Order: sequence, then structure tokens, then C-alpha cells
Amino acid sequence: MTVALSGKKVAAQIEEKFPGSVVESSEGSLVIKGESLLAVAAFLRDTPELGFDYLNYITAVDYYSHFEIVYQLTSLGHNHTMMFKTRCYRRESPVMPSVVGLWQGADFQEREIYDLMGIKFEGHPNMKRIFLWEGFEGYPLRKDYLS
Amino acid sequence: MEVASPKKYAYPSEEIDRTEGQVIASLKAGSREALPDPDAWLEEGLRRNILLTTVDAILDWGRRSSLWPVICFPACCAFELIAAEGPRFDLSRFGMEILRASPRQADLMITAGTLTWKMAPNVRRIYNQMAEPKWVIAMGACGISGGIFASSYSVVPGYNKIVPVDVYVPGCPPRPEALIYGIQMLQKKIARTPVVPDLPKFLKKGKEA
Repeated sequence: MTVALSGKKVAAQIEEKFPGSVVESSEGSLVIKGESLLAVAAFLRDTPELGFDYLNYITAVDYYSHFEIVYQLTSLGHNHTMMFKTRCYRRESPVMPSVVGLWQGADFQEREIYDLMGIKFEGHPNMKRIFLWEGFEGYPLRKDYLS
Repeated sequence: MEVASPKKYAYPSEEIDRTEGQVIASLKAGSREALPDPDAWLEEGLRRNILLTTVDAILDWGRRSSLWPVICFPACCAFELIAAEGPRFDLSRFGMEILRASPRQADLMITAGTLTWKMAPNVRRIYNQMAEPKWVIAMGACGISGGIFASSYSVVPGYNKIVPVDVYVPGCPPRPEALIYGIQMLQKKIARTPVVPDLPKFLKKGKEA
């Protein structure tokens, strides 16, 4: 069965390579600073003993004070999996770096988050709406959206 | 003095009685013969092949007996429609088993499923591409009013906001029997539709224009 890696252990590895990039970590979760997201993601994918070559999904959560973007990764070679998050505090114009360059599967899901949550992904090759139509106002998956 | 001779009464002669008897006998004899066939002058082929009906009745019969649905199944009600098409419920009993992938060959749109605003222009286009005469059945709660998604930001609250609907089949989803009943309701509606235009009115309108 696929083993879920401890967030604490992975956090220690990341902290060793990129000091100060981990915000908090526990057995089940790992939060990374937004600025170091791309470097950490590349590290998780390219380090041989981690080898997270497959992105299960990206999703976003609205906590009113900030957005949390959740990444679920799996290594098909090692058969282990992990989840990490980043936080985005600028509610008016939230921007995150895109991971399409690392995992092609992020393409549509980042567009979905952009469409429904209003978070822009910098570096995405085709950052436009995917579900709603041009001219739709508001972001329906935000907690403060009322139709 | 002359005595008046007794009054002579004109009794019918036996001759007249006999003539009357002969006429009655001949009429009676004639009544036993078969009535002459008014179509006797027709050819054999014509005599067997002519029926009298109205144009409305024959056109409506043709229209309602071969309703071909167009494929327009945006969501889960489609599976009930597929079940209705299948051998267990066998929609083909009513002459409408042929699903058309092209709206140009179809005359019935069964809207099986939730319609999102993103999909709405495509449904309108499919409806516009169907040739007249055409009918729409709104199938399921979503088709009628948007159902449980009625207040959603992305769902059209009922197909009648996009295309004119003839029959509503409620249910979430409706059973195949309900759908078949709805189609039979539509057939009854088609049977009552006047097809031939009111000719004098029609011509008058033409003159005015």
C-alpha cells in the first residue's frame, strides 16, 4: 500500500536544503512559504530518495484571513505519498507561482482555482477561465461569495 | 213524375286494384336486389386504396408515430433515458427508438439532465438546428426548474428559459415508465395540433403583405 510520509521528516529534509522555508509541520501536514514554493517543489520531485514524480491534485481552501493551496504528491517509484500546503495572504489580488513547469497535470487544476477561487498562478502558460464564462463576476468558491 | 235514378258511385274497378298489386309486387321484388355500388365505375386498384380522412389527422398521425429524439443528454437523467431505450422498457414500441446524433434529422429533444449556463448556448444551437416541426420534453427536476441546483451560480433554472418546452416529466430522475408516459402525453398533444393553415385567412394575409 502507498505509504504516507511524515510531514515532520520531509520538513527536516527541506529545512536542511532551504533554511527558513518551512512555516510549520506535523505528522500529517507541512506548510511551506509561498516564496520558496517552486524551489521546494523541484527539490521534492528531483531528489532521488523522495522522487515525487506524480501530482495527484491541487486545490485551494478559503480561511477568510488567507487562502491555503494544497498539493498532493505521489512517488510512483517509491510508492509513497505526501501533502504540502502554501498560504496566500493577499486577498484582493492573490498570486502564487505555477507548478505546471514541474508537473504538467497542474495545468487545468490551476485554471480551475483561478476561475472559482480567484488565485492567479504566475508562470502558467494559459492562465484563463475554464468553467465559467467571460464576464462572470465574483469567485463562487470563496466563502464570502453570495449569489 | 219521373223518379230519380239511384246515385252512381265510382267504385274503383278491379283493373286498378290489379295494377296496384303489380306495382307493389315489382317494388318488393326490386327491393330484394343488391343496391348498386356507387364505386362501380372505379378501377379495381383505386377501389381498394382510397380512404377518406382529414389532412390534419393523417399528418398528425405521421408526426406522432415516429418521434426521433436528438442526443442532448447533459447529465444523469440520461441513464434513465438509456434504460427506457433498452430492451426492458423498449421505447421502440412507440416508434421512437432511433436516437439521432444530428439535430437536423430529429424532431424531439428530451432534455435529460442539469443544464449549466456554459452549456446553454449549445443547447439553444441544437434546438435551432432541428427542423420544424419540433418538440421539447423537459425531463427531471433539473430540466423543469434547475432542481436542487436551482439557486446555483452556474445552473440554468429550467430549460424553458432557453427553449420552449411542451411536456414536463417530474422526478429525480423520472422512472422510464414516467418518461414513456410523458412521451405519450406529447403524442396526444401532437394529435390535436392543427396542421393545415386557415386558407382564407392565409390568403388574405398574403394580399395585405
